[in-house]
Amino acid sequence: MPSLIDLSLEGRKVGQHSPWLRVVVDASVWTFAASELAHGRWSLLGLWGDPATVHMAIMDGQAADIAVISLDCPNRRFPSVGRHHPPARRLERTIHDLFGLSAEDSSDARPWLDHNRWGVRFPLGDRIDALPKAAPYRFLAAEGDGLHQIPVGPVHAGIIEPGHFRFTASGETVVRLEQRLGYVHKGIDGLMTGASLERGVRLAGRASGDSTVAYAYAFSRAAEAALDLKAPERAVFLRALLAELERLANHLGDIGAICNDASFALMHAHCGVLRESVLRAAGAAFGHRLMRDVIVPGGVARDIGKDGMEAIQAALDNIRLRFPALVELYDNTASLQDRTVDTGTLKTSLASQYGAGGYVGRASGRSFDARRALAYPPYDSLHFDVPVLNEGDVNARVWIRIREVEQSLSLIDQILSRLSEGPIRKEVPLGGEVREGMAIVEGFRGDILVWLRLRNGLIERCHMRDPSWFQWPLLEAVIENNIVADFPLCNKSFNCSYSGHDL
Amino acid sequence: MRKLLFESVFRQPLTEPAPSAADAAVAELATAVGQTARRRLGRSLSIREVDAGSCNGCELEIHALNNAYYDVERFGLRFVASPRHADVLMVTGPVTKNMREALERTYHATPNPKWVVAVGDCARDGGCFAGSYAVVGGVSEVVPVDLHIPGCPPTPVAMLRGLLALLEQAGANAVTS
Repeated sequence: MPSLIDLSLEGRKVGQHSPWLRVVVDASVWTFAASELAHGRWSLLGLWGDPATVHMAIMDGQAADIAVISLDCPNRRFPSVGRHHPPARRLERTIHDLFGLSAEDSSDARPWLDHNRWGVRFPLGDRIDALPKAAPYRFLAAEGDGLHQIPVGPVHAGIIEPGHFRFTASGETVVRLEQRLGYVHKGIDGLMTGASLERGVRLAGRASGDSTVAYAYAFSRAAEAALDLKAPERAVFLRALLAELERLANHLGDIGAICNDASFALMHAHCGVLRESVLRAAGAAFGHRLMRDVIVPGGVARDIGKDGMEAIQAALDNIRLRFPALVELYDNTASLQDRTVDTGTLKTSLASQYGAGGYVGRASGRSFDARRALAYPPYDSLHFDVPVLNEGDVNARVWIRIREVEQSLSLIDQILSRLSEGPIRKEVPLGGEVREGMAIVEGFRGDILVWLRLRNGLIERCHMRDPSWFQWPLLEAVIENNIVADFPLCNKSFNCSYSGHDL
Repeated sequence: MRKLLFESVFRQPLTEPAPSAADAAVAELATAVGQTARRRLGRSLSIREVDAGSCNGCELEIHALNNAYYDVERFGLRFVASPRHADVLMVTGPVTKNMREALERTYHATPNPKWVVAVGDCARDGGCFAGSYAVVGGVSEVVPVDLHIPGCPPTPVAMLRGLLALLEQAGANAVTS
């Protein structure tokens, strides 16, 4: 079995790409990589376009090795990866929508983010006029006696992001769910082009509101990788503090919200209080409840004072005092367990095939956690467990989050006790003519990938891949044979990002 | 569960204390809902939230309005599931082109009298997304906006303050008309 290193010998190595290799390959190596993905030997981390090139980031899970391979597309075509490996399909449809590069023999050529409303086609490639009238979007067929369709969205009943779900049900049982996303597409990749790093990190922090820290973190690390810059020690620890506070706040909110979708409002009320205590502590410590615009290339923009540390400590003490009773309540409430156990089960094989990150993967036997597998600082020097379960149901995803809350509490303690004095930010050099960097950071819902190319210090191309790309399709799979009323539970237990996916 | 419920009998409520006269934002809101809105709308104001392309940051803080600390329902403000039940549309995001029609249709589905509150910096003019091929750039480009609450995202208290301003305006119109 070839390793990624062997593969990279087949191509032309790109000079300024850090920290992993990028090689330009030919179509046969590209297709070979696709078949390795299909056989489960490697997993897909990302697939994105450039005006005349496609790039694919792949990981060899065994060796924890990562590489990027690139294929030039002079004919504006490239061999389809999705044909062999379904997780690539939506990514290929996106590459076509944005750049006009088509995947040859692709099994799904429908548009994805492009709803024919931008007034332009291929906005990041050879921009051409939009179609005078778009053909109606064809949902996949589900036919049979007594089947009916339930269209939902893009405007949903709750305070949530917009997207469209097309359910086909037989009575109460869902036989097919198909998602249509792209409603929140803001053209962030396009806005990044030509932007300064300062504007770039602001945009990155607004890719997905609940992961504003994680995105700014990944973007900054990618920029630093490209520029060979090392953030100061204090900033490295503050970044992890921010990331763990974000994880804590999101998990606490979601545990309550999942229970609320099973009409168990008591958990929601109590978890909401704990979440608010984290947000208030973050506001006191960093001047912004969601900790936006704190992480920047070169370090962090704000230091934490003694008051801030005390506020965080007080919030942690409060959670330690209150959370165990909530866990006990969750565990001992039969009516709640009745809804979450055995509902929305994700098979371990599917989680592995899609390289599902975060609690979705870890509740279905996939132990990948970028903090552990890639051990970026300061996580290489902190103690924590990566909880893994195999059941894959809503209950398992709740339990992974419960365990992660406990791990984050411990991590924050370690970080606060080891926070050294010193500078928090370094000057960012302009860099050479062309520099490329990539980073993968563990956000609360999974691994976020940021790849960028700088030219004379400005962003020439930046691609951000949300963990949701590999989780959304799995939600379609887990709902099958569940009842319509359990969809909110399944959906909330995944809590995929719309904005981070649509960009 | 019995333990938690029992405990809550003795525990002080977490809800921010009944606002005193000095506590400007929250106190003014309480009185305004008491007088102005009650005259116009009875005891309640129903809000339909529409995400027209936000990053979801505003939604997180709008959610917080429902937690035990802010508890908007005590002021007669509540979030509803359908525009048909709403007096106010609370719209976030720079309005993506892909969401434009959905926002228009939601607006037309909301009965009169209605108000539109644009929440967040990008709902004003597109914010940092302005100029993109994929965004319209501000809620007022698509539907008439009565009030804008700035912030990225605005804090829950800032949103309470904003809703107060809306109620005052609505009340003033009711008196003059």
